[in-house]
Amino acid sequence: MKKSERVMGAVFLLCGLAAVGFVLALTLYLVVSGLPAIREIGLTEFLLGRTWDSTGEPEPRFGILPMILASVYGTAGALLIGGPVGFFTALFLAKAAPPRLAAVVRPAVSLLAGIPSVVYGLVGMTVLVPALRSWLDLPAGDSLLAAILVLAVMILPPVIALAEAALAAVPREYEEASLALGATEAETWLRVTVPAARSGVAAALVLGVGRAIGEAMAILMVAGNVANMPSLLSSVRFLTTGVAIEMNYAAPGSLQRQALFSIGLVLFLFIMLINALLTLVLKGGREARS
Amino acid sequence: MSWNTPVSSRRRAYGIGARLLLWLGAGICCGLLVFLVGYILFKGIPGLSWAFLTGRDSVLRGTNGILPALLNTLYVILLSLAIVLPLGVGAAVYLTEYAKNRRLAGLIEFAAETLAGIPSILYALAGVIVFCTALGLQKTLLAGSLTLAVMTFPTVLRSTQESLKTVPRAYREGALALGAGPWRAIRTVVLPASLDGIVTGCVLAAGRVVGETAVLMYTAGLSTAMQNFTSLRGLARSSGATLTVAMYVYAKERADFEAAFAAAAVLLLLTALINLAALWTGRRLRR
Repeated sequence: MKKSERVMGAVFLLCGLAAVGFVLALTLYLVVSGLPAIREIGLTEFLLGRTWDSTGEPEPRFGILPMILASVYGTAGALLIGGPVGFFTALFLAKAAPPRLAAVVRPAVSLLAGIPSVVYGLVGMTVLVPALRSWLDLPAGDSLLAAILVLAVMILPPVIALAEAALAAVPREYEEASLALGATEAETWLRVTVPAARSGVAAALVLGVGRAIGEAMAILMVAGNVANMPSLLSSVRFLTTGVAIEMNYAAPGSLQRQALFSIGLVLFLFIMLINALLTLVLKGGREARS
Repeated sequence: MSWNTPVSSRRRAYGIGARLLLWLGAGICCGLLVFLVGYILFKGIPGLSWAFLTGRDSVLRGTNGILPALLNTLYVILLSLAIVLPLGVGAAVYLTEYAKNRRLAGLIEFAAETLAGIPSILYALAGVIVFCTALGLQKTLLAGSLTLAVMTFPTVLRSTQESLKTVPRAYREGALALGAGPWRAIRTVVLPASLDGIVTGCVLAAGRVVGETAVLMYTAGLSTAMQNFTSLRGLARSSGATLTVAMYVYAKERADFEAAFAAAAVLLLLTALINLAALWTGRRLRR
């Protein structure tokens, strides 16, 4: 074999291994930079402490329970609102839509996905936040509710895309059998098609959870960013915004900056958990079908 | 299908209710898009002017201009693509053409999926830790581009891989039968045949770079001043805001919503253009 052939084979192998290297390096650096602050603060104090006051005098406090809860509530709220809308839209696109209409709605959804998150944040802070303030008669509209609404919109495109693909992949014979037995179209979609595609639909929702919990910029602009214990109408700080808001101000080497890396580590663990769940759901579906 | 089976009124109501929900869902999505695009263009277009597009921020004259931000964006797109393109295409070629070890290929695919699932704020953190601090690049456009190259790696990999899979086996066999080694076959036959996927992958990656904010805010800086684009040393050392970051700075730090909406309108047009380009290259080159 010519020398160039052998060299290029090795080069391509290296490119492939780069993916593995990136993941390892990312994990390693996040863990190594995240651990010192946790060790200094104490794991229980860090995870279960209810006060975050990283520049407090004389004693700064580093409890991220408010951020963990805000991230969990915010994600759950976004899924509760965005999930059904996304699911119905996906079913519409896969089954109910006249082909011409689907050809308009589908690009519309993908355009929604293309809008940068800061633009969602901008519209959120100039339209949604003032609207919430005047409708609900609040002192300020920056709140968990505003973040939930923005997140609910932002998870729509990925949820719709994945759920539609799953629904469209259901074998036509299932539906024909159901129709032949006298079920109406709507009954067929909801009682035959959806159950047959349930693992794909579940995966779509899990993907939505991953998106919601990882979003930073849009909710940085609408949530107020005060590290309160979360309630629907008060200003909250998420895990993502907890990192983002102080990142440009924390002095290098300080405990404050290291604590931000620790928040990043906690977020990373959440994401890995969700990724594992996603793999499990998809694999479970594949096994059930075969 | 209801010509012979009368359907009870309860079942008919179920059908109507279900249909209503499906149409409602789709209606909400389209309504949201129309509202978002309409509102941004409505608020943004009055602020757009030639001076805004080709000028710079000046506190003294009280003007805003996004030319530096546009140039930074272009620079970051080109630099990150230059890094990610060979890597992503190379990895895809390895997976589809070379990989004989199923477990290694599975590991690489799993790694790529993991990278795709990591949110940008964690890339920002890792970029700060690795590129800005450990490698000593500071907050520069170079550090930002490197971080984005890692982030867009799975996008380019996936798109190239999809397109490599559609190249008929016979092409490869033909090249190999004529005496070409695998690399020669890939270079002269396989890669040209999958150009559509590679270009689409690049366009999608560019779209992610244009829309990205968090990574660039912390690895490339917030400055909306003009960078020195003429010297190579200056480029690697300069820090600056891309268009999304500039928009964030206008909205959040300066509360200048007119400029923010004008920048958002430009962003929207850019991303729509990139979306269309991705669709177009996908269709056009496949022929």
